[in-house]
Amino acid sequence: MKNIVTFVLSVVVPLVIISLVLRDAARENTLLAELKEEHARPHIPSVDHSKHADLQRDFDNPHEITATCLSCHTERGQEVLGNAHWNWEREAYIEGRGITYLGKKNLINNFCTGIASNEGTCNRCHIGYGWSDNSFDFSNQNNIDCLICHDNSGLYDKARGGAGYPVPGLDFRTITQSVGRPQKENCGYCHFHGGGGNNVKHGDLEMALLNASREVDIHMGVDGGNLLCVDCHTATNHIMLGRYYAVSSENNQRATCEQCHTAFPHLDNKLNEHTVKIACQTCHIPEYAKVNATKMYWDWSTATRREEGLPYQVLDSLGNELYTSIKGDFHWAVHAVPEYYWFNGTADHHLLTDPIDFEDLPLRINTLFGNYQDHGSRIYPVKVHRGKQPYDTEYNTIIQPKLWDPEVNRGALWIDLDWEAALRTGMEYLGMPYSGSHDFVETEMFLPVNHMVSPSDQALQCGDCHTRSGGRLAGIEGAYIPGQTTHAAIDSFGVLLLLLTLGGVLGHAGIRFVLHRRRNRAPAQ
Amino acid sequence: MKKVFIYKRYERFWHWTQAFLVLLLTLTGFEIHGSFTLFGFETSVNLHNKAAIALIILIVFTAFWHFTTGEWRQYIPTLTNLRAQAAYYVTGIFRNAPHPTRKTLLSKLNPLQRLVYLGLKILFIPVMVASGLLYMFYRYPRAGAIESLGLAELTPVAYIHTLGAYIMVAFVLVHVYLITTGHTLTSNLKAMITGWEEIEEEGDSGGGENTNKD
Repeated sequence: MKNIVTFVLSVVVPLVIISLVLRDAARENTLLAELKEEHARPHIPSVDHSKHADLQRDFDNPHEITATCLSCHTERGQEVLGNAHWNWEREAYIEGRGITYLGKKNLINNFCTGIASNEGTCNRCHIGYGWSDNSFDFSNQNNIDCLICHDNSGLYDKARGGAGYPVPGLDFRTITQSVGRPQKENCGYCHFHGGGGNNVKHGDLEMALLNASREVDIHMGVDGGNLLCVDCHTATNHIMLGRYYAVSSENNQRATCEQCHTAFPHLDNKLNEHTVKIACQTCHIPEYAKVNATKMYWDWSTATRREEGLPYQVLDSLGNELYTSIKGDFHWAVHAVPEYYWFNGTADHHLLTDPIDFEDLPLRINTLFGNYQDHGSRIYPVKVHRGKQPYDTEYNTIIQPKLWDPEVNRGALWIDLDWEAALRTGMEYLGMPYSGSHDFVETEMFLPVNHMVSPSDQALQCGDCHTRSGGRLAGIEGAYIPGQTTHAAIDSFGVLLLLLTLGGVLGHAGIRFVLHRRRNRAPAQ
Repeated sequence: MKKVFIYKRYERFWHWTQAFLVLLLTLTGFEIHGSFTLFGFETSVNLHNKAAIALIILIVFTAFWHFTTGEWRQYIPTLTNLRAQAAYYVTGIFRNAPHPTRKTLLSKLNPLQRLVYLGLKILFIPVMVASGLLYMFYRYPRAGAIESLGLAELTPVAYIHTLGAYIMVAFVLVHVYLITTGHTLTSNLKAMITGWEEIEEEGDSGGGENTNKD
């Protein structure tokens, strides 16, 4: 009894005291509280444009509006002329290619292939007036459309097929007097509608974000952070943070989670250690296209079909197009689960001049670089958009078709439903050869998912990846993922060892038991 | 039949604490490996890490105990009777032959045990502890950042640790079975609980199972 008391006093009591002292006190994430407080302060504009004398007038020429803006903001024009929103191309170094000048201006994508010969409609989303063909003057400041980004009245609108010009008859007096910091509606006017409709291209950028709940987007949700795009995509001299890797190539000027949340955001250090190899987005965006569907597949090869001589379309129950004669077959997804890839922030792009490698299909329209061994790489959630694009069967290159024109019989596929004419006209416009024979090749495009961040209690849990089969990261190579990764030989050896041991033990026990019974029975006989 | 005192109080505390920790490490470890679902992955990781730290503390205390009490001498390997001990398990035990060695407080391990436990102590446990610590700390937080031990990858560490885990389970299976090979089926177990073990008298040819006289 005395010994037990001594043991308790000398061993157990000190251990209990040590454990209590060393135990982590419940902590609060003070960083999050600070961020919430910082962003709860309303933005107070330094200027009220309705008080400017120069804006107490009506405008009918949009170029004149730009000139008026630049009469005060004298240096802003030159700034804009140098940025990617204006030029739709950037200088970038790409491994294996060297210095390139690539962007939306000259790259292909997995949706409408490219803007060339289609500028009249595509370039409605250019921050300029009148980029309808190759003759557009990129050096003229008065071609800049200030209003598409800075209109705060909600009245501004660009014309369909207008190459960036506004619709006629707008109330420019009200619009110009409203200008200010870009709102969600300004950015969303173009970025929500990439690929030809709401949420078609990105899947995580769409109209629903204008009035979303925190479950849809913890940052932009009106009952969440209620942030604007520009709160994260900050700008210095009109150069904004943010990279979209269907058009970008380099690991710089990115808008990151870390710029607010730091590289050490969790209270749990096991989670902080994950950030070395796992991007924040991977766990915190468990699904995208949370409200409206996004396009996952676009097969151009079935376009131009007619029913009773007329173009037609097939819609699903939600009103999404499943087939249209002018564009082909589509697949859509809502509450889409991302695919996961290593990514280090650099990317390559398949150019119109690049030969197709038929040994390596589907053709990757863009390639996200990265792997486990590369210290800059992390696992990112990616929307992979798949489809079929036209290619030249003789030159083995992708072909840029002409899709749109205001008039018939000018080679536009969407008007005339004639592939040969569209392909010939598109390549003629580019000054590139077309052999006259085409087919369609399987393609895929990789769009890292960055928006629609879920509340933390809806983030992925350990078991979503740390599971033997069907884990989120089942396709990830290189990393040892506990719970998922196994070595067949080790597990086979281990199981065999256990079976042999168990067999040996049971065999040994069995023989002992039988002999023991025989021995015990013997004297009785 | 006589009773001798074999296992001191610390020794028994060490043994059963270690038994509990190894059981917990095995259950949580194989759940982390993905072999089955029991506590849930997150709980298993936390339990595994805590049990590992507890085991390491126990190992440090026990090493201290071994050296201060001189108990480490129990593990000095010997060839004497090694063959006889092996023969006992292969044939003698079935014939009800006497144990070839005699357990005393000063020599509580038979020659086979000496060899196996020495191997456990100087090879197996260090490898498991080292691979476990690397697994735990190949990345670690320090001053608001994540530092790295500079391992190129976790894979070989994890493979070694997993392989060791299988060997550990095999050891425990045999170990648990061998409990029943004492003077009686339960005499070894009783000894590890009370410290006192019933052993054969000099010249007593009666083995474990021939226990009518008990």
